[in-house]
Amino acid sequence: MADRLTRSRVRSAWVFLAPMLVVLAVVAAWPLLRTIWLGFTNANLLKMSEAKWIGLENFTGKYGLLQDKVWWLAVKNTLWFTFLTVSIETVLGLVVALVLNRTFPGRGLVRAAVLVPWAIPTVVSAKMWSWMLNDQFGIINHILLGLGIISSPKAWTADPDLLMSSVVMVDVWKTTPFMALLILAAMQMLPKECYEAAEVDGVHPVKVFFRVTLPLIRPALMVAVIFRALDAIRIFDLIYVLTGTREPTMTMSIYARQQLIEFQEVGYGSAASTLLFFIVALLTVLYVVLGRVKLGGD
Amino acid sequence: MAATQPATTATASDSSISLRGVGKFFGKTRVLESIDLEIKPGEFCVFVGPSGCGKSTLLRIIAGLESVSVGELSIAGKRMNDVEPSKRGIAMVFQSYALYPHMSVYKNLAFGLKLGKTEQSEADRRIREAARMLQIEQLLDRLPKQLSGGQRQRVAIGRAITRQPKIFLFDEPLSNLDAALRVSMRSELSRLHKQLKTTMVYVTHDQVEAMTMADRLVILNGGHVEQVGPPLEVYHRPRTVFAAGFLGSPKMNFLRGEIAEVAPDGVVVKLKDGGTVRARVKSDGAKIGDAVTVGIRPEHLVLKAGEGGPLVATVLLTEDLGDHSIVHLDREAVEGRVLAKVEKVPVGEDKKVSFEVPTSECHVFDAKGIALPRLDPAPEV
Amino acid sequence: MTGTAVVKKSLFYLLVAAIVFYAVFPFYYAILSSLKTGTELFSVNYFPVKWNFDNYVGVFRDNPFATNIWNSVLVSFSTVALSLFLGVTAAYALARVHFRGRGLLLLCILGVSMFPQVAVLSGMFQMVRAFGLYNHLAALILSYMIFTLPFTVWVLTTFMRDLPKELEEAAILDGASSWVILTRVFMPLMWPALVTTGLLAFIAAWNEFLFALTFTLTNDMRTVPVGIALMSGASSHELPWGNIMAASVLVTLPLVILVLIFQRRIVSGLTAGAVKG
Repeated sequence: MADRLTRSRVRSAWVFLAPMLVVLAVVAAWPLLRTIWLGFTNANLLKMSEAKWIGLENFTGKYGLLQDKVWWLAVKNTLWFTFLTVSIETVLGLVVALVLNRTFPGRGLVRAAVLVPWAIPTVVSAKMWSWMLNDQFGIINHILLGLGIISSPKAWTADPDLLMSSVVMVDVWKTTPFMALLILAAMQMLPKECYEAAEVDGVHPVKVFFRVTLPLIRPALMVAVIFRALDAIRIFDLIYVLTGTREPTMTMSIYARQQLIEFQEVGYGSAASTLLFFIVALLTVLYVVLGRVKLGGD
Repeated sequence: MAATQPATTATASDSSISLRGVGKFFGKTRVLESIDLEIKPGEFCVFVGPSGCGKSTLLRIIAGLESVSVGELSIAGKRMNDVEPSKRGIAMVFQSYALYPHMSVYKNLAFGLKLGKTEQSEADRRIREAARMLQIEQLLDRLPKQLSGGQRQRVAIGRAITRQPKIFLFDEPLSNLDAALRVSMRSELSRLHKQLKTTMVYVTHDQVEAMTMADRLVILNGGHVEQVGPPLEVYHRPRTVFAAGFLGSPKMNFLRGEIAEVAPDGVVVKLKDGGTVRARVKSDGAKIGDAVTVGIRPEHLVLKAGEGGPLVATVLLTEDLGDHSIVHLDREAVEGRVLAKVEKVPVGEDKKVSFEVPTSECHVFDAKGIALPRLDPAPEV
Repeated sequence: MTGTAVVKKSLFYLLVAAIVFYAVFPFYYAILSSLKTGTELFSVNYFPVKWNFDNYVGVFRDNPFATNIWNSVLVSFSTVALSLFLGVTAAYALARVHFRGRGLLLLCILGVSMFPQVAVLSGMFQMVRAFGLYNHLAALILSYMIFTLPFTVWVLTTFMRDLPKELEEAAILDGASSWVILTRVFMPLMWPALVTTGLLAFIAAWNEFLFALTFTLTNDMRTVPVGIALMSGASSHELPWGNIMAASVLVTLPLVILVLIFQRRIVSGLTAGAVKG
């Protein structure tokens, strides 16, 4: 129904949209496309103007990503990290959410306390935990030694076998509040009658949880899990500050950045970034499609 | 932007509204069709009809909040199809008042004036005068949420008044008020109209509001105009079955029948369930045997005790409402039973009663639901 | 109260205490450590023995920390201002005007929040250099739009969609242009959403590390996260833990207070974004 008044309104809508779209194009669309393009070149940080198109060499060539052991290690690390953190955070988040869902004196304070890890900047968390995990002066070792759980101080941020555990430990500490809050929000939207009926029937609380609560919050829980997983796959800050570019915890993001900035292999690094982007994009699309299909089938 | 009207020489085209062949589509759905309407300057014109008949849409088209799909809209003789709402010389009062929640009453009244770059002192004068007219002077510093429904309604009207529009538009403004308030606001709006003398277009689904406030009624049904005319004319001389059934409570009784006699001064209709009635209607085009519907309002049925006729039925139920009674007769009408509205019921329930359809009040509608024109003029007020 | 009920209740409160302890202890310990100097740092204790503010002085003396804080403040506030401006204008179009492709556009904008930062790093790096913004705070403000705009636009659009249509129509009849409607009618009604998105944008900008690390070169342009991460001590192998802890506390305390004051807003903003997504 394109009459003059409607048309002028639509036109002004585009004018209002333009600034944001321009910025987004400049900040997101263009750099992404550029990165993808660079992935097909042999660009080098110091000689950017001499970049030449080399097709799929960065990906499938003899020295390409698919042949690079370190790249595959990064992929494995990322997936393993994601799996560990998301599952632990979901379980702990559920526990915290269940606790916060009950009314008890001081609940507000507890909720505020639970938010503290989320409020602390990632870099600061990393540093704080680095200090606590310090092999000589760290308090973690002190506690564990005191409780007799370990016999000698562990080098949490140095020992290759412990790096992944350290990183997971810190991420769990930092991100469980987020999961807990999402789950709590979902729980608080549930009708209270279910619980009251179960209480009257004398059903054991554990059974109530598994048979009533969990199925009802499943949709919101799935959303939270997917969000966290997509975040975890892209992780950079925490790991970089805690363990740097050590191989046992190298994720895809760290690998890419290392190639880009430290090794100045802009082409190669861009190729790695591109792969990471497509993995995330694929998972996102899969989730949206599967989500729609499920809803449609209901 | 309000134009200042010349004091005495209000020409015929100053605030008239003209709709010619106006139609409105929403996608494939036709909401309005072939609307031809002339609203005279200074008139209080009421658009009335059931929900979904398109009356609000028509109002919004005049306002410019909806576009015209087909046809032409003119205000004061100028084509308005593509003109912005604020430049049409109109002001609108919404059903939900639509007051700006974060602004005081004063600022609500001032908003449009400030945007129209009206001078501060002039704006202030207008605001205070409108506030005085509507008795909301003591509320000027309050926020909308601190006001009652009736007060908010007045502020909404005040906001329209300050713009000094040529035409006021009201979109079911009293629906959100309680019954008592509605009655008092009705008379206030009529008083306002007499005072301001501007054209007012008023949308409602309430026939009492329509009957009491309108200079002219426009009855809409399913997107087209059923009838236009002064309330009493539409009431006493409905042109369609729909118009006849819409006004009046309880509804007009409709009885099926066919034409038995045709004469220059009327027709005789043989009713389906027996009996005949005479109607003083134009009979050209009517043929014996034509299927027709007879209409008679409950208050026009004459009831007499006994079985003297002309028509007889059993009283099924009487509902006494103090000043009048509704009598349910054991006689089928098109919808439900025949109802009579009388001051005093002549017989008790389950007794037979005679009833008469006076020729002077008998309506006849053809097979398409169009009324045969009555020979007598409508009663004057 | 029966015996089992008492046991159950105590277990519950034990759990609550454990959760609070787990959440708050690291921060508490950081504060504790920041108040110790020299050799005290090398001994572990759980409660403050004596309070020493040397580290806090040292942070500013040995590092350009004041500059870092100032840079972070500048960048964060500018990011909030820019995000809100772009977000509000875009939200008006997306929420109040029907046009073709509107839904798809909104989804694409949301999709941007899924970009891995490294995926745009090289492209953005080139662009920053091309604009002459390398080692300049403007590079950060601009680049931060990539993660503030998606959720800002989403939350503001959702909020604006719920504003009553009749209010807008009344304003149109009063002669208001779209800009006036947005700024004088809608925005005053939207301040909860503006506060929420502003806070979330502020926290995200304050927190950001990768871009700040990559696009700045000299100390005078570094923001707080980078400053803390790069803090080095007198010798090349020794990290000035006291200073680092002091810096951490300084930077975190205002943020924690901010989050605690606005926790309801923040939580609703986060959950709205995720649950509706």
